[in-house]
Amino acid sequence: MDYLNALVAFANFVLVPGTAYGAQLALGALGVTLIYGILRFSNFAHGDTMAFGTMFVILITWGFQSAGISFGPLPTALLALPFGIALTGLFLIGTDKVVYQFYRQRKVKPVVLVMVSLGVMFIMNGLTRFIIGPNDQRFADGERFIISARDFKTMTGLDEGLAIKSTQGITLITAIIVVAVLFWFLNKTRTGKSMRAFSDNEDLALLSGINPERVVLYTWLIVAALATVAGTLYGLDKSFKPFTYFQLLLPIFAAAIVGGLGNPLGAIAGGFVIAFSEVTITYAFKKVGNYVLPDALAPDGLAQLLSTDYKFAVSFAILIIVLLFKPTGLFKGQSV
Amino acid sequence: MTARDALLFVFVGCLIIGTGFVQSWNSALLILNMGLISAIMALGVNLQWGLAGLFNVGVMGFVALGGLAAVVTSMPANAEEWSVGGVRVIFGLLLGAGTIIATIMLRQRMAADRARNLATLVVLIGGFFLFRAVFDPGVDAIESVNPAATGYLGGLGLPVLVAWPVGGLLAAGAAWIIGKTALGLRSDYLAIATLGIAEIIIAILKNEDWLSRGVKNVVGLPRPVPYEIDLQNSESFVERAAGLGLDPTTASTLYVKLGYSILFAIVLIILLWLAQKALNSPWGRMMRAIRDNEVAAEAMGKDVTARHLQVFILGSAICGIAGAMMTTLDGQLTPGTYQPLRYTFLIWVMVIVGGSGNNLGAVLGGFLIWFLWVQVEPIGLLVMQGVTAGMADGYWLKDHLLDSAAHMRLLTMGLVLLLVLRFSPRGLIPER
Repeated sequence: MDYLNALVAFANFVLVPGTAYGAQLALGALGVTLIYGILRFSNFAHGDTMAFGTMFVILITWGFQSAGISFGPLPTALLALPFGIALTGLFLIGTDKVVYQFYRQRKVKPVVLVMVSLGVMFIMNGLTRFIIGPNDQRFADGERFIISARDFKTMTGLDEGLAIKSTQGITLITAIIVVAVLFWFLNKTRTGKSMRAFSDNEDLALLSGINPERVVLYTWLIVAALATVAGTLYGLDKSFKPFTYFQLLLPIFAAAIVGGLGNPLGAIAGGFVIAFSEVTITYAFKKVGNYVLPDALAPDGLAQLLSTDYKFAVSFAILIIVLLFKPTGLFKGQSV
Repeated sequence: MTARDALLFVFVGCLIIGTGFVQSWNSALLILNMGLISAIMALGVNLQWGLAGLFNVGVMGFVALGGLAAVVTSMPANAEEWSVGGVRVIFGLLLGAGTIIATIMLRQRMAADRARNLATLVVLIGGFFLFRAVFDPGVDAIESVNPAATGYLGGLGLPVLVAWPVGGLLAAGAAWIIGKTALGLRSDYLAIATLGIAEIIIAILKNEDWLSRGVKNVVGLPRPVPYEIDLQNSESFVERAAGLGLDPTTASTLYVKLGYSILFAIVLIILLWLAQKALNSPWGRMMRAIRDNEVAAEAMGKDVTARHLQVFILGSAICGIAGAMMTTLDGQLTPGTYQPLRYTFLIWVMVIVGGSGNNLGAVLGGFLIWFLWVQVEPIGLLVMQGVTAGMADGYWLKDHLLDSAAHMRLLTMGLVLLLVLRFSPRGLIPER
């Protein structure tokens, strides 16, 4: 019985990766939730928006790298991030002007807007594949580990190592900063307050003289920032592949819905709920079990609840369970 | 059908026949066959969306279930696998189902309090571990029998045509379970729920090797039409081919594809006839009334939830039939190739472009969009060759543009969808 080693193994394989993944999902879900709250539709193109923004970041990163610009121990992608956000923002605003504005003015049913977002999804997906190709792209540079498993072992003398990749640390810190800025913006600034007012009650907001097009503009800009940051962090942490980003749609929506669609706080909670459930349920607990349990009870198999490929099933199952018991999510979301 | 509708169908027909003249008759028949299958899928989605306003983005899942049906119906049973673990796996599955039924009954019988939640948890968690304890060893035993060739239970060994209705039934069963849990949700939630279900079905097909061989694929499904090689070896066939001025190889491939076309066309015509009957019946009018104003329909005493469940099951069953037909045409089940872009969202483009709410529109959309999907790639390549003609060979942009031509189809599909939604939101053949 060795609780300390068990704890380290658990932290290494569940806690640390789960936290990073949760932060990435939370940022993605925040974007989905903002569009739902303010523009009032489920944006199916969000996964591809993330891929699209990340693609800009990657291209700029490559440019920087070949020009010899680097960010010391940090990935160069962080330097490229603001440019990526700006380009994605421009693209999203352009999309809104060319595509969404027309339907908004006609006050079509939300489900029509969802279909329109399907069309946008196709185009963004096609553009991404057209520009950067469908293959895996690696663009992480800088220091690989904050602490590597071997260092950890020599430092503590434990059998289990704890590795924290620098991308995981960066993910968490960036996510905290982004969320803090977002909440400051929504709660303290005039534009943020008008966005919240618009989300709560559109008619009342219009009556009090809030310019809806301005609100929409800011929403797309914020969504561009959130999507690009989330996509870049995910790409740094794992790898960039357009199809993977498209597949992220399900856990992101699951996170937003579990938290309560339209509720930013819920999106963050939802992101971590989904991430940790996915990681814990598909993690093989054999190692942890071997440390904690007496030899007679040590597990024979992998002690894995579900195979890793079922992680989407986990997001979805949690989604259904939450919806059955709390139809508007954990935090009260909108039920338009 | 108005003259304009007929003209549109003639136009799409000309596109396919044109393919025959310009490229080859084999490609034309390939497009026709997948077009027939796509038209059936579009009919199913149109029933759900056009008639009832249900937003189902889990088409891929039902199509894949149809594919599974082709395997479990028509492949021969593997005796050794059955003897080492078949009964055990079936018993495990029954235990799993029993756990879920027990949970549902428990929640219906007990009063809503802490004790009920505790009991639910105990039953669910206990049931899960019991299920895994029985199920896993059986799966391991089955999958370790000759994994290079079989390693799965096989099927019933019935003629493959039986698999088509079975595919429909399997999809209908899944739709019933999904509908029971998700149809009460509002439209966006239903969309996410169906998207998730489809992913789960694919995950199961990819991982449950004892059932579907997973990513090792089941190949060599029986065919409802003769094999090319048998035709080429038959003297009478070679003679008749020579009489038509064809060489035996081409003649045999065309003969087989035409055989499929006739079978698929029969299914499409039957389903289209049924769908038209349904659309113009009191039932169809009721569905549209519910779609247009749920509250009013409910006030008139219509059971909205039950009707939604009904039409959701019917539409999904049609997708399941199409899925079984497609796997039959391919002759193999390849779970790794099911992708939502191709099997869900493309079908949606077909329905919207063709005309949601109109069965003929959905069929037209199925043919037209499938034709575009196939042909945009060569056309894109031609365009790119034209664009890059002036560039020097080996210039990076030229290579990049030529390589990327393959991705033009997603762009084109998105563009077509957006243009139709904007300028002709009711589609090419609008609802009447």
